[in-house]
Formats: sequence, C-alpha cells, structure tokens
Amino acid sequence: MSARRSTLTVLFALLLCSCFGRSTRAQENPYIVAYDHYLEEPGNLEVEYFSTFGTQRSANDFHAFWTEFEYGATAWWTTEFYLDGQTTFGDSTVFTGFRWENRFRVLKREHFINPVLYIEYENTSGADKILKEVEGHDGEADYAEKNSILRQDHDHELEFKLLLSGTHKGWNFVENTIATKNLSNDPWEFGYALGASRPLALKASAKRCSFCRQNFIAGAELYGGLGDRYNFGLHDTSHYLAPVVAWNLPSDWTFRLSAGFGLNDNSHRFLLRWGVSREITGFGSMVGRIFGGRK
Amino acid sequence: MKKQVAFFIGVAVSFAGSLVLAGQDKARSYKYHWDAQVYAELGKAPAKARARRNPLQTDPEAVAAGRNLFEQHCTECHGDSAEGGRKGPSLLVPQIHDAEPGTLFWLLTNGVVWRGMPVWSKLPEPQRWQLVTYLKSLGVTEQAPAAKPGAAPTAPPSPHR
Repeated sequence: MSARRSTLTVLFALLLCSCFGRSTRAQENPYIVAYDHYLEEPGNLEVEYFSTFGTQRSANDFHAFWTEFEYGATAWWTTEFYLDGQTTFGDSTVFTGFRWENRFRVLKREHFINPVLYIEYENTSGADKILKEVEGHDGEADYAEKNSILRQDHDHELEFKLLLSGTHKGWNFVENTIATKNLSNDPWEFGYALGASRPLALKASAKRCSFCRQNFIAGAELYGGLGDRYNFGLHDTSHYLAPVVAWNLPSDWTFRLSAGFGLNDNSHRFLLRWGVSREITGFGSMVGRIFGGRK
Repeated sequence: MKKQVAFFIGVAVSFAGSLVLAGQDKARSYKYHWDAQVYAELGKAPAKARARRNPLQTDPEAVAAGRNLFEQHCTECHGDSAEGGRKGPSLLVPQIHDAEPGTLFWLLTNGVVWRGMPVWSKLPEPQRWQLVTYLKSLGVTEQAPAAKPGAAPTAPPSPHR
C-alpha cells in the first residue's frame, strides 16, 4: 500500500467517524511527544492521524505515520491503540507495528503537580520511524539502513512513563520520565520529554469562531534520550527542540503542527510533524447498547 | 508469528471489552445511583475555595461565552439545557443554584474523577469563571435527591433522563 493511499484511507475513516458520531470540541494541548495529565473524557473515542517527515543524512528522507484510537474507559483510565507505518523515499512503504498504551490518573483531585502513570506494550519492527519517543542511545544512524534490513529486527518492549503536569495561569507544564525494557535481554533505556504551552487568549469569546485566539494553543517541547542502565547520561544520545501549535476548531477537529530541530549530531536535523484528530462522544455507550446495555 | 496474532487478538478483545463495560457502566450507574454523591462533592470544597469571588460576575459577555463553553464541553453529560443526562446529573437543582461561585469553580477544576467527571483545569481560569457565570444564570426547575453518600437512591429517576 502506498503512503498516499494509506493516508487517504485514514482520512476517509476519520471522515466517516465524523459523519456518524456525535462530537465535542476538544481543548487539546499541542504536544506530539510529551503528555500532559489530562485524560480522555469517559466514553469518548478520539481518532487521530499523525505524520512525521524526517530528514536523514547519508540515506533517504522518510515519512512515518501513525493512527491512534484513544478511548476514555473511565475518568482516571485512558487506553489507546496505535498502528504505525512509514515510507522511506526511494525505498519502500512498510507497516511497522502496533502499540497499546494505558494511562492512569493517580490522584483524585487537581494539585500543583499531577502524576499520571503510563504503561505501553510495543510490538514494532526496527523500521519503525515515528519517533513518538526518543530513548536510550537512539540516533539518526539507526535509521540509515534499507527497510528490508531494518524490518528483520523486531522489538517487543514495555515502556513505562511517569507523567508530571500542572496548569497555572493558563500555562501548562509537563515533564515525562521514560523507562523502556526490551523484552529480550537488552538493558533498560531511559528518556525524557519536557513541554510548556499556553492558549493565545484565556477568555472565551461570546461568539463561536474558528480564528479566535483562544482556539490556538502554542508552546514548545524538548525531548531526547538519557542512555541505558550501563551508560546513563547524555553521551551518545539525541535530542530535539520543537515549537508546537494546536488549532482547536469549533467544528470539532483539532490540527497540530510541530517543527522539530535536532540539537546534536546524533539527531535528525529536522522533523516536521502534523496531526489531525476528531473526538467522538458517547462511543462507549453506543457500543454498550449494541451488546445489550441500557438505553 | 502465532504468538503475535494471539496477542493482537487479545489486545483487540480487551479494548472492545473495556468499551462495552464502560458503556454499560455509564448507562447503569449514572442513571440511578450517583447524582446525590456528585452533589455531595460540593460540600467538600475548602473554605478558601468557597470564598473566591467570580471576577467575571459582571462581565456582560460572560453568560454568552459560558453558554458556548457549556455547549462545547458539558452537554454530552449534563444535557443540552443542563437538565441532566445519561452520564451526568442535572444542574437545574438548588444544590447548584445556591452554591457559591467559588464552590462551583472548585468542582470544575477538580472534577469528580471517581464518579466520571473529568478535571476541567485544562480550561483556563477565565473560561471556568465564564462557565460558573452561566451556571449561576440558570434557574431551578427540579429537586435533587438528598445526599446520602453510599446509599441507594430512594426516588426513581426523572423520566427525561
């Protein structure tokens, strides 16, 4: 399947969801790598599509893409399923695996810093290039091989994160600590993500409008690897700084854009990311009724 | 390869299961059991939070802006006119109408996470105050069940819920 066809398929699926599901306007933060402490509203399903265009020295550039199905099981538990793929220009387009992620809110009330526990299982090939997180000694050179070679490597990983986040005077600050264990005999790997963002206006307009300042949230995120159990630190790791912006439309769509810049020689020079998402309210109840739940 | 397929199916079944359980849970619990407990949360607001004044109380646009925010974020659970829905209680009750603005702001900020209401601190403070202004502008059209934490409701649910 070509990258263009797979992109169109996902966009068509999003369009179908938007036609048949009742939606709500999300107030999404603009982060693509970092996580805040806000979970999906219970019973809602958010369908998201993201792309990453990455430059690659000494090999061909790539376009990686993934689809997320994010569901609010309860107000304190969000579960999410990912499907990943990528196209390396001048090479091939490949499906690169799936991920299953769960986030759990720890505290009952809102505090200055709010912890969320994150656990994810990844079943991906070495050709996975979505760069949803950077950890260990991940670097640009890891992606320079042909897809046919990279696909021979299979990763079964458990990834744990401690998500810390707080919102004060309109500013949201996040800090994510990452620890990943490959289920083979590889050592624990570590990483981080930091972020800050703020709506361009804090008060809502009395009129519904697409281009009002409160619909735009701008910020930046910084993320990278911290080595592994035997070689912890910044040596031989890659790091990125990315300005990010989200546009929450009254028509229930959210668009995100991120321009990431590699901060050292191990990093890709440039990562351009964009995403589109749509939230469908009452999805759980709809499915529940199909299987005999109360109307 | 068989292990991967089995795991994939396991994940899919778990995901679908959580959808079904959550859907049935919402339909059952919110319709009959938790209204009183959600109202009871209002009584847990600290004195400092209750004493906060609404800085947008006299803002001429606050009610209209709050109405917009309510339509965007709240109607799914509380109904189009705040009359209550399948997933959330009515807001047209004395408990809400008589509550101090600071109490409503505190509840919006903290949610009632164990009873399904998310935290709304993702909305900037002025937007939460706009929502409070809108909620305070609503009248009272029904009586809510008395708060008896942990007890089953004594009154049948309203027909329109």
